[in-house]
Amino acid sequence: MARLTRTPFAPCGCAAPHEPGFACAAPADGTGAHGAAVDEAVLRAVFPDGPTRRAMLGRFGAATLMAAIGGVFPMGHAREALAQAPAAPEKRDLKIGFIPITCATPIIMAHPMGFYARHGLNVEVIRTAGWAVIRDRALAREYDAAHMLAPMPLAISLGVGVANPIPWAVAAIENTNGQAITLAMKHREKRDPKDWKGFRFAVPFDFSMHNYLLRDYLAAHGIDPDRDVQIRAVPPPEMVANLRADNIDGYLGPDPFNQRAVFDGVGFIHVLTKEFWDGHPCCAFAVPREMVQSMPNTFAALMRAIVEATAHANKPENRREVAQAIAAQNYLNQPPTVVEQVLTGTFADGLGRVQRVPDRIGFDPFPWHSMAMWILTQMRRWGQLTRDVDYRAVAEQVFLALDAGRAMREVGLPVPESTVREHVIGGRRFDPADPAGYLASLPMRR
Amino acid sequence: MQTQVPFWRAALLSLALLALLLGGWEFAARSGGAVGGTAIDPEYAALVGAAAAQGGQTPMPMPSEIGARLWQLLRDPFYVRGTNDQGIGIQIAYSLGRVGIGFALAALVAIPLGFLIGMSPLLAAALNPFIQVLRPVSPLAWMPLALYTIKDSSISAVFVIFICSVWPMLLNTAFGVAGVRREWLNVARTLEAGRLKTALRVILPAAAPTILTGMRISIGIAWLVIVAAEMLVGGTGIGYWVWNQWNNLSLADIVIAILLIGVVGLLLDRLLGWVAGAVAWQE
Repeated sequence: MARLTRTPFAPCGCAAPHEPGFACAAPADGTGAHGAAVDEAVLRAVFPDGPTRRAMLGRFGAATLMAAIGGVFPMGHAREALAQAPAAPEKRDLKIGFIPITCATPIIMAHPMGFYARHGLNVEVIRTAGWAVIRDRALAREYDAAHMLAPMPLAISLGVGVANPIPWAVAAIENTNGQAITLAMKHREKRDPKDWKGFRFAVPFDFSMHNYLLRDYLAAHGIDPDRDVQIRAVPPPEMVANLRADNIDGYLGPDPFNQRAVFDGVGFIHVLTKEFWDGHPCCAFAVPREMVQSMPNTFAALMRAIVEATAHANKPENRREVAQAIAAQNYLNQPPTVVEQVLTGTFADGLGRVQRVPDRIGFDPFPWHSMAMWILTQMRRWGQLTRDVDYRAVAEQVFLALDAGRAMREVGLPVPESTVREHVIGGRRFDPADPAGYLASLPMRR
Repeated sequence: MQTQVPFWRAALLSLALLALLLGGWEFAARSGGAVGGTAIDPEYAALVGAAAAQGGQTPMPMPSEIGARLWQLLRDPFYVRGTNDQGIGIQIAYSLGRVGIGFALAALVAIPLGFLIGMSPLLAAALNPFIQVLRPVSPLAWMPLALYTIKDSSISAVFVIFICSVWPMLLNTAFGVAGVRREWLNVARTLEAGRLKTALRVILPAAAPTILTGMRISIGIAWLVIVAAEMLVGGTGIGYWVWNQWNNLSLADIVIAILLIGVVGLLLDRLLGWVAGAVAWQE
């Protein structure tokens, strides 16, 4: 906490006038979406003719071309000039929608704990009924930004599951891990997935990590997720009620609803998703892509608030305090002990044991491009995406790793050198250099 | 033909039935909750609900718990502690506001249109296919379309109320207007009353009881639909409150919401019933 309160007061060297206590709104290094906008503008100025420009880009690649132009045009200065916009946010009063689950912790806690206010923003966080509603209200711009499942901005940007593609972006990842497979108490002896034929499972949404992780997990155990079991989209709050009513046999869902099933004696936690892919992303802080250009200072202030809140939430010593802050009726509306068990990782598993898994849920804002690429391979694998796309290019468009990295650097967090890394999912290596090869190597695909 | 029963005897029977129902519920909940307690790790027991600690499931709340919660809610119905935490009185007021606006708009459209349809057989025949196809559609089926085109969730909820309350009013108005006695219209013509004067002084009073019946059906439907619509769009209102308490698996609150929704629906119906009594006529 000490470092976090100190950081905004540190001299930032951006030379732009801003009040003490607020970090500078736009960083000086001119990378990320800001920088990309400058690059594109310069490119258009140098090659006004569209076909020529595209031909040149195709022939030499953007990097080479920009380096060549940089020889005669001061690109660095242009990027910095744009990046050093005035610090005052263009819009202070913002509405952010959230779903009442612990994945939304940074978005929610930034409100009662003052992270938004510290960056000059007056944010209203609005609890929303379900993922489809969040999507519709966000697309209708009733919300300025929204809590979404990480695959949703990818789907929206590609025009999958919506009427028209709309450029949407993952500005930061909200949480890593923190999901689980919960099964009804009557299945306590059936711990091997091979015995799950005929089960009815629930996931929160079709475009969710939950759906892809459950499918991958089942497929890895030889269960066909479309033929051997049933997978339905059920809003998280309805999962426990459905489990109790014996409408479903289990679910891969977000907390606090796994823990809530245990609390009410309805189900037990079969496995945490962290056992399957340690460090997987789940939910995202999503913004419309054009916000980066139309409201750069608001975007930058929002990013810093979210990144600071995420870092604060990630520290084990803060978890109890955070649990108290978000369990209230205005936010999650859950018994505090349920939220606390999720965040501290000391929890009852529903089978009579107390487990201690401090990294049951983690908070790391960096939106790895390789995570987006894995999600895209799964959308392709299960037939949601019916055409081949350039995984890397889509990931770079939608996951704003450079902008998140800049905000992280400003609040003093370590920033990864690369935006891609190798992931291990269910014991299988995902090499970001060869997503197509990974996809081809998987058992079962549509 | 039924004979009149004294009021107090009916009231006594009602009370006895209520007491039996609540008593039975309380008894069933109390005896069902206790499952054979197995010895359990106290640390584990502290992390789960009381029933789960004994190997059972959290039971239905008892009427006594619901009563206590009702008292707690009604003591301070109008508090505002942030966007997502407001008193139950405020939530009901939001719902009533949406129903009021949607219902008023529907009346503004349905009653004049019903008049036209009732007075012109040609128009009635021409519009009939549209009305017959659209009328049986569940109002909630309009919701995605409304959200997509209107792009505002609270206006969409009002639109859904509008679309569900327009049909009974339209059909009843048309029926009432078409059914006005020929002799009365002939008398009006003999007295050389103009079309507008005939409509306002003869047809409207004659058809008023039928129109009011349509309005009474409409407000009942609108109050049914608003709860479902608010559960879908969220934000504010009694329907959202139900969704939110379900989210917290708080069944006591849901029972209370059912009770309050019923009471408010009854009051709305009585209100229109009273207006209907005021415009009724007998030959």
